[in-house]
Amino acid sequence: MEPSVRQSHLDQLEAESIYIFREMFAQIEKPAMLWSLGKDSNVMLWLARKAFFGHVPFPLVHVDTGKKFPEMYAFREKYEKEWNLNLIRGGCPPVEDIDDSLPPAARSAARKTEGLKWILAEHQFTGVVAGIRRDEQAIRAKERVFSPRSDSGEWSFKDQPPELWDHYKTEFPPGTHVRIHPLLQWTEIDIWRYIQRENIPVVDLYFAKDGLRYRSLGDQDITNPVPSTASTIAEIIEELEHTSVSERAGRAMDHEAEDAFERLRTDGYM
Amino acid sequence: MTQNVVELKPTSQPAPTGQREVLRIVIVGHVDHGKSTLIGRLLYDTNSIPPEKVKALEEVSKKRGKGIEWAYLLDALQAERDQGITIDVSHIWFKSPQRDYVIIDAPGHKEFITNMVSGAASADGALLVVDANEGVREQTRRHGYLLQMLGIDQVTVVINKMDQVDYAEDRFYVLEREVTQYLREIGITPRFILPISAYVGSNVAKTSDQMEWHHGPTLLSALDKMEVRPSAEHLPLRVPLQDIYKFDDRRIFAARIESGVLRVGDELVFSPSNKTSRVKTIEAWSSPVEPVVARAGQTVGFTLEEQIFVERGEVASHAADAPFESNVFKAHLFWLGREPLKVGKRYRMKLATARHDIVIEQVDRLVDTDTLQSQQGESVARHGIADVVVRSRSMVALDEYRALPKLGRFVLLDGYDVVGGGLISTEGYPDQRDATTIRSTNITHVDLRVTGAMRSAQNGHRGGVLWFTGLSGAGKSTLAVELERRLHQRGYHVYVLDGDNVREGLNANLGFSPEDRAENIRRVGEVAGLFADAGLIVITAFISPYRADRDRARDAARDAFHEIYIKSDLATCEQRDPKGLYERARRGEIKEFTGISAPYEEPETPELVVDTSVADEDACMQQLMSFVEGRFRQA
Repeated sequence: MEPSVRQSHLDQLEAESIYIFREMFAQIEKPAMLWSLGKDSNVMLWLARKAFFGHVPFPLVHVDTGKKFPEMYAFREKYEKEWNLNLIRGGCPPVEDIDDSLPPAARSAARKTEGLKWILAEHQFTGVVAGIRRDEQAIRAKERVFSPRSDSGEWSFKDQPPELWDHYKTEFPPGTHVRIHPLLQWTEIDIWRYIQRENIPVVDLYFAKDGLRYRSLGDQDITNPVPSTASTIAEIIEELEHTSVSERAGRAMDHEAEDAFERLRTDGYM
Repeated sequence: MTQNVVELKPTSQPAPTGQREVLRIVIVGHVDHGKSTLIGRLLYDTNSIPPEKVKALEEVSKKRGKGIEWAYLLDALQAERDQGITIDVSHIWFKSPQRDYVIIDAPGHKEFITNMVSGAASADGALLVVDANEGVREQTRRHGYLLQMLGIDQVTVVINKMDQVDYAEDRFYVLEREVTQYLREIGITPRFILPISAYVGSNVAKTSDQMEWHHGPTLLSALDKMEVRPSAEHLPLRVPLQDIYKFDDRRIFAARIESGVLRVGDELVFSPSNKTSRVKTIEAWSSPVEPVVARAGQTVGFTLEEQIFVERGEVASHAADAPFESNVFKAHLFWLGREPLKVGKRYRMKLATARHDIVIEQVDRLVDTDTLQSQQGESVARHGIADVVVRSRSMVALDEYRALPKLGRFVLLDGYDVVGGGLISTEGYPDQRDATTIRSTNITHVDLRVTGAMRSAQNGHRGGVLWFTGLSGAGKSTLAVELERRLHQRGYHVYVLDGDNVREGLNANLGFSPEDRAENIRRVGEVAGLFADAGLIVITAFISPYRADRDRARDAARDAFHEIYIKSDLATCEQRDPKGLYERARRGEIKEFTGISAPYEEPETPELVVDTSVADEDACMQQLMSFVEGRFRQA
């Protein structure tokens, strides 16, 4: 008997994500994938191309708040062409149209939720692939891989379907759509190790300039850089191995009120 | 743009080096036995909590007027804090100096067993938390039972809140015995049973001065001794097809290797269609070299030499070690549905990537997880556990759960919702692969010049099969022999195919395994069909307990087939016991004896039922004679 070859942790994560993509494609009638241009999103796109042998057999959606960094828009234009992507650009309502009981940054972030609802309504997608991870945020830790939403896009975290042995929930009454989360088990450092291993392109803003870098990219006005000297992928990994500051520390809406994120999420925020 | 710069401080945590192993553990136990506090403590003691979260935690605890409650850390949702219970599976990361951990936090409240099962299904090992005051409670037992069902055999038990019982050694030993006894009975041998106090931090990451009597490891070093689930690559090859892609000129079969090793050039058999082909290539995108081998755990694509039509749900394997095929099997089931399980109701079954329409044909027993006693019953309530018989409309490729878990387990759906999970046992039912495989090729059917109508005109009656089925001792042979005599007297061309007689010649090479029994019946069915074609009335007298076998015999003889149920209850048959077989079966000398240790599947719509427990032989004969006169006499 030859010795068994244990898969590395990254190999396991990759295999699981590919399995999820293929389950999604086999069972969801009209899928689309969110492409936020961030590092997780790019890893997710890479995994989709692996799952489908270089193809991305469904449209990508960029919900554009109009307030992203110029570097992000440049990245989008470059790889849309280079990777031959079917990209849908969606707009968002002005902040004045959003629930004014939300704290300011959460209110601003909620524009994206509304923008996504517009696109879903227009294209009638039944499944949306999103690159959230359980380690990002305590509420995301409770998500399922296949997570049904009501027709108004709401997430009922108290009544989630059982998820047994990779049998994800793939059948729904009409009017439901489902969020699919291929990266749920990945952590921030897994993402960077995979970017390094696979040589996946990312926006330059993640690399330190003048002692600052972005760990997480959102809208310009509600995203703050962290002090860092990490200017290469290897240095970022080295930094993450030693830090105990959370990834979303620079995302203002996470820190406004005890339940701000929860309110965003039950309302359909990714 | 505001520049609220967040400070980044290194901690004293030793750096993980490169690719560390990740172990997934689920924490279970009765409500309020301290699971969340334990997780909070583990995170704190391993420096896994970001300083800003420690600060937030302190603020929340101060606002609520309590000391630091580590459990708050996990109660990320407002709703949970208000109810004081954990409501859903949550995933939490921490590191020991040895490796990385993912904690799957499962809830203890009875309503939330669904989440506990979802969390535990993917874990490498489990921590069972028991309150030192309260001891083993209902949910302690139920969670332990479910861990065993989900195949998690690495279980460490912590007796928590030892500070509340003054770190009493004797209290610990009482609980240790109680827990060990229950777990042993359900087949779990706990790795460690440890006295701890999560609240105080005793014996979690650091040893405790108050419990010098305890010589075992701390919880953290006990966790470090757990192992990641071993690779399944030394098991037989199982490749359930996920999809077939035609993005370009290649036809790529997408699948995850659930067990075994797949190589280019391998001859594959697909189940349940039994089609075969050879692996031409293994496909990969962005791989510098074309792979020639794929192992358990990998998601791959491959192409085949011959273009065969197979769909999602088929399972590829090597021919020598193929999965079991059956449309009926036993299962150990846990029920999650809000409505109780109903015998005879149609459910959807998902097994690997296949789906089948099934019914639960019978409930053999209900298991009480508190007492481990069996109960009789027809319906399984929410969170109940039962042994059942599952019947599928279509043939299912499956494995015994103990041997190959990935193809030995399934979930059931009622409408859109998952309502249960089950583990398969193939005991007592035959593998139907051989009976359904056609190996002959290049066959041309020859048409005869003598037709069925010509034969029956000459004989004065039609040909046909009278298929007697029933328990041993029901009277099949007795009635068959007498019916043959009477029909012969009246000028019928008639012949009896009897079980023992056929085994002297045609089927002398067959034993009594479920597979050989199925083949025995298949051959008899085919021979009976030929006799009927030849214009004879053929009477068969075989127990033929499986519906699938009788259905195949019906297919062989088509319209000429008449299923006759020679009915008698088990007690009567056992009392008659003409060959002394029941007595031997009861003593355990005969294995898999129908009615005792193997199932008898009653006919659903037989052409005739002859009940020998109420009618005497003469009445039965009259019933049979008038059936034959009515059906076979040439008008």
